[in-house]
Amino acid sequence: MAALSRPTLPPPTERFTLLGWLQKNLFNSWYNALLSVLTVVFIYWIIRGLLVWATSVAEWQVVAANLRLFLVGQYPVDELWRVWICLYVLAFISGASYGLWSRGVGAFGIALLAGPLFLSALPFTLNLRLLMIGIAVTGFFGWLLAMRLPALFRTPVTWSWVLYMVFVILMVRGFTPAGGFLPVVPSNLWGGLLLTFLLTVIGIVFSFPIGVALALGRRSNLPIMRYSSIAFIELVRGVPLITVLFMAQLMLPLFLPAGVTIDRVLRAMVGITLFSAAYLAENVRGGLQSIPKGQEEAALALGLNGFQRMALIILPQALRAIIPILVGQFIALFKDTTLVAIVGLFDLLGIAKTVLAQPEFIGRQAEVLAFVSLLYFMFSYVISYISRRIEVAQGVGER
Amino acid sequence: MSETSETGSEQPIIIAKDVHKWYGHFHALKGINMQVHKGEVIVIFGPSGSGKSTFIRTINRLEEHQRGQIIVDGIELTHDVRNIEKIRMETGMVFQQFNLFPHLTVMQNITLAPIWVRKWKKQKAEELAMQLLERVGIPEQAGKFPGQLSGGQQQRVAIARALAMQPKIMLFDEPTSALDPEMIKEVLDVMIELARSGMTMLVVTHEMGFARAVANRMFFFDDGQLVESGTPQEIFKSPKEDRTKLFLSQILTH
Ligand SMILES: Nc1ncnc2c1ncn2[C@@H]1O[C@H](COP(=O)(O)OP(=O)(O)OP(=O)(O)O)[C@@H](O)[C@H]1O
Ligand SMILES: [Mg+2]
Repeated sequence: MAALSRPTLPPPTERFTLLGWLQKNLFNSWYNALLSVLTVVFIYWIIRGLLVWATSVAEWQVVAANLRLFLVGQYPVDELWRVWICLYVLAFISGASYGLWSRGVGAFGIALLAGPLFLSALPFTLNLRLLMIGIAVTGFFGWLLAMRLPALFRTPVTWSWVLYMVFVILMVRGFTPAGGFLPVVPSNLWGGLLLTFLLTVIGIVFSFPIGVALALGRRSNLPIMRYSSIAFIELVRGVPLITVLFMAQLMLPLFLPAGVTIDRVLRAMVGITLFSAAYLAENVRGGLQSIPKGQEEAALALGLNGFQRMALIILPQALRAIIPILVGQFIALFKDTTLVAIVGLFDLLGIAKTVLAQPEFIGRQAEVLAFVSLLYFMFSYVISYISRRIEVAQGVGER
Repeated sequence: MSETSETGSEQPIIIAKDVHKWYGHFHALKGINMQVHKGEVIVIFGPSGSGKSTFIRTINRLEEHQRGQIIVDGIELTHDVRNIEKIRMETGMVFQQFNLFPHLTVMQNITLAPIWVRKWKKQKAEELAMQLLERVGIPEQAGKFPGQLSGGQQQRVAIARALAMQPKIMLFDEPTSALDPEMIKEVLDVMIELARSGMTMLVVTHEMGFARAVANRMFFFDDGQLVESGTPQEIFKSPKEDRTKLFLSQILTH
């Protein structure tokens, strides 16, 4: 019987043995074996050195004592609740997104949850530790809720991320005069990780529409639009970010009417936004060029007007095609904001410099830089992980 | 067919008078004259590069003609954007490469133009879309994305998308040339049904079975010119021009 009708067989599986795995992957030839051994020795040497340094040589007092400075700079203590609210909303949307897209429990979700729980285990004040636990619970709650929702909710949740960015700006800055519900906190008090985030978020939120507009302007049939877009893009892309930041500090006031002053943080934001917009425009242009001509023709034949063709057919496809590039650009922007330290702002790196100038912490550069690097790495890694997930999700079924 | 005599007295729905088109220095259309009446099915055929695509694309102004006149449903095609928009609303087009919108579902592909151009309510547009999907035989695919469908199914969605604007004229540019042989029939069946329902159709195709079944007249294009026109009977049995004879002998022996 088996000879006549061939049964479908499962693919052969190798039984996993440690020795077998080692031989196949690490020691399959003498030079690979040598390479493996050398690498292991090298990694061991580095990790051991780091651990020894971190646990017995380093004095983390400098980080613990200045933690609030690192995180929020001079932001008034009485208004810190606004930042907490932003964090809680962030936890909720993150949890909900994770539930909606990953539909389960994964290592990444557990890591997200473990972050605040780990922090709550550190010797902070009781209040702080409770707030941390609250964040973990809120994120978990968002996840639990979203697990029951149909995929239909993905669109509103995506939009809630866009709204969230605006929300953060409003909350942190405030919009009522002193004594009101949300009094304005002047931006010279923003600092540390908070400022780094705000510079990045504002850079993204504002450079996105400007960049798209520049990309469209570059394709425009109107010569004035086209040439001014090209001039702007090429000019900004031709100089380093640091010069754009200095220009924004020095020259922006010249363009404003007398009597209007804008503070240094805002000037830096303008510089970052314009810089990012120029690069974004080129990326968007690449996306627009990748859309086959037939798409435009089909839209024309259906009678869609120019705006509809762009907004409904061409742009959505172009932007979708460049999501990975955009995320890469935004991660780069996140790290590039450190340059504002040079024009005298107290972002994460700027704060690090002031902390190191405190007499009692002279010579603690290694600890401070390690801490700051760790923060940058964590956030960059999270963003790039999410972007990889988005790519996978986009690739399924829609092409 | 018998309708030609009845519709002959009416104003033609498409009139082309001495239409010329150049691509740079290349003379792609060299004075095309023709008329199409309401309800007629026209098959356009001819060798590659003879200007078939160029010609039907001038009818909805995907290509601009540089001399002569084109009048569609009483409106002359000029630079006037409003006239162009009006004509595009009355003419549906089906492309060789389908050109479905890959980021939208089948349902969204079909309802997009009725909602945004005709300003219909979403619900009304979706009802019509479902009817059209029934008509082309794939109502169960409404929620899928184009990339999840076979070529034949995609082309049928493209036909439904064009019909959703309730056009008076349908233009087809080699609608089955990009399809695997086993899928050609399912698309042709839909087109035959559409032809029998009275739609005015201009079809660039080399599917001579389709021409025999439903064409009222056939136009033979060569070298940017309309060389010969006639009923399928006349064209297949007694072509007048040598070029037509030669071309037919080439494609019919294969
Ligand atoms: N955008 C263009 N620019 C320059 N030349 C063009 C362009 N489009 C078409 N042509 C030329 O015009 C001529 C007619 O092209 P057209 O596409 O109308 O031919 P066709 O009859 O549809 O041929 P096929 O059967 O290969 O589709 C060809 O010689 C082609 O090379
Ligand atoms: Mg062609």
